[in-house]
Amino acid sequence: MSGWRLPSGGAIDRARPLGFTFDGRQFEGFAGDTLASALLASGTRILGRSFKYHRPRGLWGMGGEEPNAIIDVTDAGVTTPNLRATLVPLRAGLEARSVNASPTAERDCWAVLDLLHRFLPAGFYYKTFMAPDWMRWEPSIRRMAGLGRLDPGNRPPADAVPMNARADLLVIGAGPAGLAAARAAARNGRAVWLVEEAPAIGGALRWRGGAIEGADWEAFAADTAQTVEAAGGRVMTDTTLWGAFDHGLYAAWERRAGRGDRHWRIRAGEVVLAAGALERPLWFANNDLPGVMSAEAGLHYLSLYGVAAGRRVLVACANDAPYAVAGALAEAGAQVTLADARADTPEAPEGVRLLRGARISRARGTREVGAADVDGAHLDVDTILCSGGWTPTVHLFCQAGGKLDLDARRDALVPRPGTAPMQVAGAANGAFGLQAALDEGHRAGGGTGPAPRAAAAADWAVMPMRPDPASGGRQWIDLQNDVTFKDVKLAAQEGFRSVEHLKRYTTLGMATDQGRTANFAGLAALAAVTGRSVEETGTTTYRPPFAPVPFPVIAGPRRGELFNPPRRLPLEPAHRDLGARWRDYGGWLRPATYGEGDEAALAQAEALEARQAAGLYDASSLGKIEVIGPGAAALVDFCNYVRMSTLEPGRARYGFMLSESGVVHDDGVVLRLAEDRFLVSASSSHTASVRLMLEEARQDRFDPRQVFVHDVTAHWTTLTVTGPGARELILGAGIAEEVAALRFMRVAETAWRGVPLRAARVSFTGDLSYELSVPARHGGMLMQALDGARAAVGACWIGLEALMILRAEKGFVLVGKDTDGVTMPQDLGWTGPREKRTDEYLGRRALFTPEARRADRRQLVGLEAEGEALPVGAHAVPLEGQRRSLGFVTSSHMSPVLGRPIALALVEAGNDRLGQEVGIFHLGETRRARIVPACSYDPEGTRRDG
Amino acid sequence: MQIFTCPFCGPREETEFHFGAEAGKARPEPAPEISDAAWADYLYMNEAPRGRAREIWVHLTCGEFFVMERDTVTREVLTVAALPGREA
Ligand SMILES: [Zn+2]
Repeated sequence: MSGWRLPSGGAIDRARPLGFTFDGRQFEGFAGDTLASALLASGTRILGRSFKYHRPRGLWGMGGEEPNAIIDVTDAGVTTPNLRATLVPLRAGLEARSVNASPTAERDCWAVLDLLHRFLPAGFYYKTFMAPDWMRWEPSIRRMAGLGRLDPGNRPPADAVPMNARADLLVIGAGPAGLAAARAAARNGRAVWLVEEAPAIGGALRWRGGAIEGADWEAFAADTAQTVEAAGGRVMTDTTLWGAFDHGLYAAWERRAGRGDRHWRIRAGEVVLAAGALERPLWFANNDLPGVMSAEAGLHYLSLYGVAAGRRVLVACANDAPYAVAGALAEAGAQVTLADARADTPEAPEGVRLLRGARISRARGTREVGAADVDGAHLDVDTILCSGGWTPTVHLFCQAGGKLDLDARRDALVPRPGTAPMQVAGAANGAFGLQAALDEGHRAGGGTGPAPRAAAAADWAVMPMRPDPASGGRQWIDLQNDVTFKDVKLAAQEGFRSVEHLKRYTTLGMATDQGRTANFAGLAALAAVTGRSVEETGTTTYRPPFAPVPFPVIAGPRRGELFNPPRRLPLEPAHRDLGARWRDYGGWLRPATYGEGDEAALAQAEALEARQAAGLYDASSLGKIEVIGPGAAALVDFCNYVRMSTLEPGRARYGFMLSESGVVHDDGVVLRLAEDRFLVSASSSHTASVRLMLEEARQDRFDPRQVFVHDVTAHWTTLTVTGPGARELILGAGIAEEVAALRFMRVAETAWRGVPLRAARVSFTGDLSYELSVPARHGGMLMQALDGARAAVGACWIGLEALMILRAEKGFVLVGKDTDGVTMPQDLGWTGPREKRTDEYLGRRALFTPEARRADRRQLVGLEAEGEALPVGAHAVPLEGQRRSLGFVTSSHMSPVLGRPIALALVEAGNDRLGQEVGIFHLGETRRARIVPACSYDPEGTRRDG
Repeated sequence: MQIFTCPFCGPREETEFHFGAEAGKARPEPAPEISDAAWADYLYMNEAPRGRAREIWVHLTCGEFFVMERDTVTREVLTVAALPGREA
């Protein structure tokens, strides 16, 4: 026998039964139930299997601290794994599934693991995965250990936009202390946000009841909510405050049944933490059996849901709090024995058999509680409700940097005032008892005058309870991660005496409940076996999240395409009409190829056509940064490896931007449009950083009133025409003779069809090229005109894949692909400025360090090979002698115009090895390749002018 | 998530800012007169004080570099100021 529903009572709607399933079986609960209360009422004891030993586990608690009742829930077609049954409101048709059990929690085929527990001690995984053939065991261990299952096809909706809010005062927890704080502050006119994890405000008052200010507590709670809202604040229930961050930022997860959960970022001026306290377990043999529960949870389910946890109940404790639990259960008709470890106790509640100075040593039963041993006597019980004392919920205080002190009288680690930017009130501060909570809350909320008065005022007396190293059996310290007292002893024996080491070695407190019911026990156990005090043992670090938060809640709509939205070309629809296939290139969505068919084949055909006739491509994503003013030349000179002040207006020059460490940050052409106006090109993905480097130099070293930096990338649409037919094509599009006649590396600002046109004779393909830019809003007109002139010269649109082939044939680098974090300009063959410049420029000094002068630096070279294209990333190795990496392939393509593979590589002293053969090692195979100059097509540049 | 105050735009979330450098580090030059050690010191060695720190930050959205004094332990922002001569 076990849990049962009383014929009346509780805050449930008995007129509205709700059907649901658990592990495929049909159940019924009522509106107002949680999944946990409905399962408890049904008499179902085994709700899951433990993480490591597959022991049967049942309900322990009543809220987010629940270590055992972890459930995968499917509701309205959406599956959410690993929810706490205690926090899931019951809904009709809800499907719940136990975790880490196969096929069901009731009949789990891995339960045999528990018989092997002697061979699965603490550190088992560490020891196993250190063994030579651990890989053989990994897949089956992964199957056996774990929690809920993710359905890979599941796409849970997360359309709720994350919310931002500001509060004068954030009150975390709406128990008596939180309510008193919120009301006091709201009465002073402050905007208070009162946030509560449970579905209703009141905290323990909800199941313990109580009178405040001469009336039922509910009147006090209602008045508080009204006062808060009238003062411009907000009361949020079903909301878990999961993280405290810098400068008063708090993150909260709001559960909204049927409407999608929502994430909040609350920026609070001040904070009162009134998160209450959690009941500790007791330590006795088999203290993990289903039927062993938190005593306070027993009262919670009885008062709120009309569910008694059992019929023959043992309440084991050493403090005053569970007396109310025992009394209420006896009144409800259960047979109740109260075993209090103290000799000096309060009076026995009516109908309860009280054993003074009595300790439980063992729970008996294989699948659930069947009896208990108390001081050597056998007690015939079906349920054991425990209270090992109270642990203040200080996680958020500690996340914010707070420190704790041991309060010996209350046997609790309590916040040390002034160590975190928040006040702590009530049970979270170790103030157990209703009046103490009201007093502290009232003061924390800035209340003047007397605090609200409660009817019952006494504090709870607490006697410390500790795990006993001398007692036998398997005593669980951490239920969720299956850590026993024996594991703690073993860890201490093996030298893991620091609590941080204990945690990592045994995994104590590392489960999804963050050890909320286990951490104090772990500390106490370690203290007991190492003969130290709890204070000397110390605590582990508290980190967010306080509770597991589903990723879709934090992500909101920011996922898939919206996770990191690419920038898009203004002419995207036109390219789409031409059959473009899209890909993200450095944060820009650009055409990869055009038309139907195999992408590699399309790229080959496009590249060949561009060489034979002409190709067109959209280069609008290329960064365009204007540097303007009388100081422009000096700024551009300082920021570029190549001197640009010697450029005449109307001319262009290729250069590099270096970081101060001498490494190539970006490359590109600089156009001088006028004496005091430069246009600096940047790679599509480097525009923002190039602009920032220009700005930094401008503000740090030059007179910022003499020069301005302006990113105009988005202002222009740039279409590039390349190939022997380029001149004919642009003339066909009605572009002026004067533009067509431009010489190489010249730029003209002119007009076309009445709109400004900037044309530059720069080339990324080695062929005759015109880079044509018009204001973005006229891009469509330019595209149409060029497309219309295409057929006459047999030109085609080429995507980025073809362009990559064309530039690689010429040995033109892509910074970040053909260079790495140590590549300097001399490694790319650009030695001139380093040798000749006598003025200062970014990165100058770094080009002369011992490292920069090494003869064996990796240099850019080409590779010639037979057969297929070489794999990118493959390492070059010597063909003879000891194998070592000489460098690696950075770009590799089949060249359609050469009819053979081409590749670029960074190779140690590559220029000295020209003509030599090396091995190209990839996945165990070595191919031969010859080191050649980077430029493998038209090295004389005869095609440059068409 | 910290809140920094741009002297031009006011308080904004830290994601809008980039660290520039520790304040007061002069770039050693001209290059030929600078030893390898001095250059390496400039590039890589930082005071990284525990407590009060004086740093250059940039507000990415407006592009202005400025001086910020903050406490690296308490995360308190103590003062912010425009670069000399750049006062709004
Ligand atoms: Zn700003």
